[in-house]
Amino acid sequence: MSTHADTTTTMHSVRTRHDNPVRDFLSSKAASIAVFIIATLWTIPTFGLFVSSFRTKDAVTSTGWWTALSNPAWTFDNYKQVILGGTDNLQVPLVNYVVNSLAITVPATIIPITLAAMAAYAIAWVPFRGSDAVFFTIFGLQVVPLQMSLIPLLSLFSQGWSIGKVTIIPTFDNGLTLFGHQVLPAFKIAGNYAAIWLPHTMFALPLAIFLIHNFIAALPRELMEASKVDGANHFLTFTRVVLPLSVPALASFAIFQFLWVWNDLLVGMTFAGGSDAIMPLTYRLAQLSGSLGSHWELLTASAFVAMLIPLIVFFSLQRFFVRGLLAGSVKS
Amino acid sequence: MTTTNAWSDVWSQLVPKFGQILFSIALFAAVLVIAFWLASRARGKAERPVVVTLMLGPAIVLVAIGLVVPGLQTILFSVRDPYGQGFVGLQNFGWAFTDPGMRQTLTNTVLWIVLAPILSTGIGLLLAVLVDRIKREALAKALIFMPMAISFVGASVVWKFVYQYAGPGNPQIGLLSSIVMAFGVKNPPNWMLTQPLNTFLLMVIYIWVQTGFAMVVLSAAIKAVPMDINEAASLDGATGFRLFRTITMPMVRGTFVVVLTTAMVATLKLFDIVRTMTGGNFGTSVLANEMYSQTFVQFNSGHGAALAVILFIGVTPMIWYNVRSLRKERTIR
Repeated sequence: MSTHADTTTTMHSVRTRHDNPVRDFLSSKAASIAVFIIATLWTIPTFGLFVSSFRTKDAVTSTGWWTALSNPAWTFDNYKQVILGGTDNLQVPLVNYVVNSLAITVPATIIPITLAAMAAYAIAWVPFRGSDAVFFTIFGLQVVPLQMSLIPLLSLFSQGWSIGKVTIIPTFDNGLTLFGHQVLPAFKIAGNYAAIWLPHTMFALPLAIFLIHNFIAALPRELMEASKVDGANHFLTFTRVVLPLSVPALASFAIFQFLWVWNDLLVGMTFAGGSDAIMPLTYRLAQLSGSLGSHWELLTASAFVAMLIPLIVFFSLQRFFVRGLLAGSVKS
Repeated sequence: MTTTNAWSDVWSQLVPKFGQILFSIALFAAVLVIAFWLASRARGKAERPVVVTLMLGPAIVLVAIGLVVPGLQTILFSVRDPYGQGFVGLQNFGWAFTDPGMRQTLTNTVLWIVLAPILSTGIGLLLAVLVDRIKREALAKALIFMPMAISFVGASVVWKFVYQYAGPGNPQIGLLSSIVMAFGVKNPPNWMLTQPLNTFLLMVIYIWVQTGFAMVVLSAAIKAVPMDINEAASLDGATGFRLFRTITMPMVRGTFVVVLTTAMVATLKLFDIVRTMTGGNFGTSVLANEMYSQTFVQFNSGHGAALAVILFIGVTPMIWYNVRSLRKERTIR
């Protein structure tokens, strides 16, 4: 790099105490202290919430959490109340929403990643005219914000989609009948988990295809050719060769997508339609944050229950998660 | 009622839901296996079209139904009345730029896009540089990165507790109020009602979440700077800020810009924090929140769609920029 060469030559004249160990030690010491202070600052808010979730209502409302050690009043009751529900403040148990979130997040992670891997393979390794155009169009669709799709998708799920009188996409409220045979059973998308999986899958695809394509396209060509020579068709090559080799890339995107869906509020709010049967945890927590105004002991415990699974996922799979982030934004 | 439900009752309600999860995943897998099996019988000339259709088709159909068609429909809605019927020209856009409430919303949005990404990416860069110089960085990194995992809603509850207000004479349980009282302020304000301070306090939440992301990505970029460049520079006497300015910064500039634009897109679409903290009241509303309110609270699909289109127009140049730098990168390879 020429700019680099320029800078190093110009810096010849400003030679300073470059190999002074004391100075190095001090600077790394100062950096350590600075990082320590910032990391502490960053943790205090969550720590306060955590402490408060184990204090009694009286203690939480009468004293700051930082005085918890001098005003000890510990209890597990808050967690019992929020998790099991049944009290006046929290009728429906919070585990109900935890399971809802799982039921939303697991399929909304598996489905888009599978479809994206398939698409990425086709774009990268099945030669066809316009594959580059398809790739960039899909990638470019990231510009369409979620917000643009909310109303049209809602009406699609409840009424199907038709131009004039011609039905392009039917609703499956009465199932699907082809040539007099019931092919699909009656199924209402609106009000079902599928109403949340589908938007998540659709919104995830552009980025998923892009990231997974980057990985799959970089696999060695000899591998594909060898597989072909062995008599494998594209499907066998995809499932036996490409997928196993792509596990690291798929895993890192899976974690990313899992946390994204788990933490999403807008899609859940829009497509759950306020139904306790499918409403995700984030939506419930947002509701509680308004309705439990004076019950900090319950709100803090609820917030911690909501954070638990993403925190477990995050801390146990942190390495993959970071790798997934980097795949998107750092050139390697 | 004051007693909680019994575990067994709660549990029995949940079992069917687990069944539903497993069933749907099994169904998805079965459909794929059958489709692959059927399609792999195609031979000769038919093979390639069948493969492309089956493997690329589902993604294209979903993206078309979920993004392309709705995008066009929303553009049509944006020039229609509140019920999506009569054509009203650009009235909805006129409203968006002249209504006093909307002016406030747009001003807030601009403040957000300018301040929050710069601060979070800047602090993230500072941390990345600092972390690069210390020995045991993993724990500090994990702690600063953690808010990223807990959702904006969770983060909002965390900070709601920090910003908790108590009237004079009541015990202060909010951390922020207690801190300013320690500095001699007698009656701390009700933070979330104090304009325009409240918008900045909401930005703190965003920065708290986003900084860890910026730090991790930039830290990786810094580590990717070849050792010998750093060594050569320090042999030439470059240390500290000088090394940063002349070597590190030019090398990570590309990543910095990507993180910054990603954050800008995210703030433009920002919804969760504002929704959970204030619901957009007290002069804190932003574009994406107002879009939701207009559509699902006021039931004015014309206004809502116009705001979505404005959002789209705002996001496009930033993503366009990222696509372009990606294309450049591709041709270099």
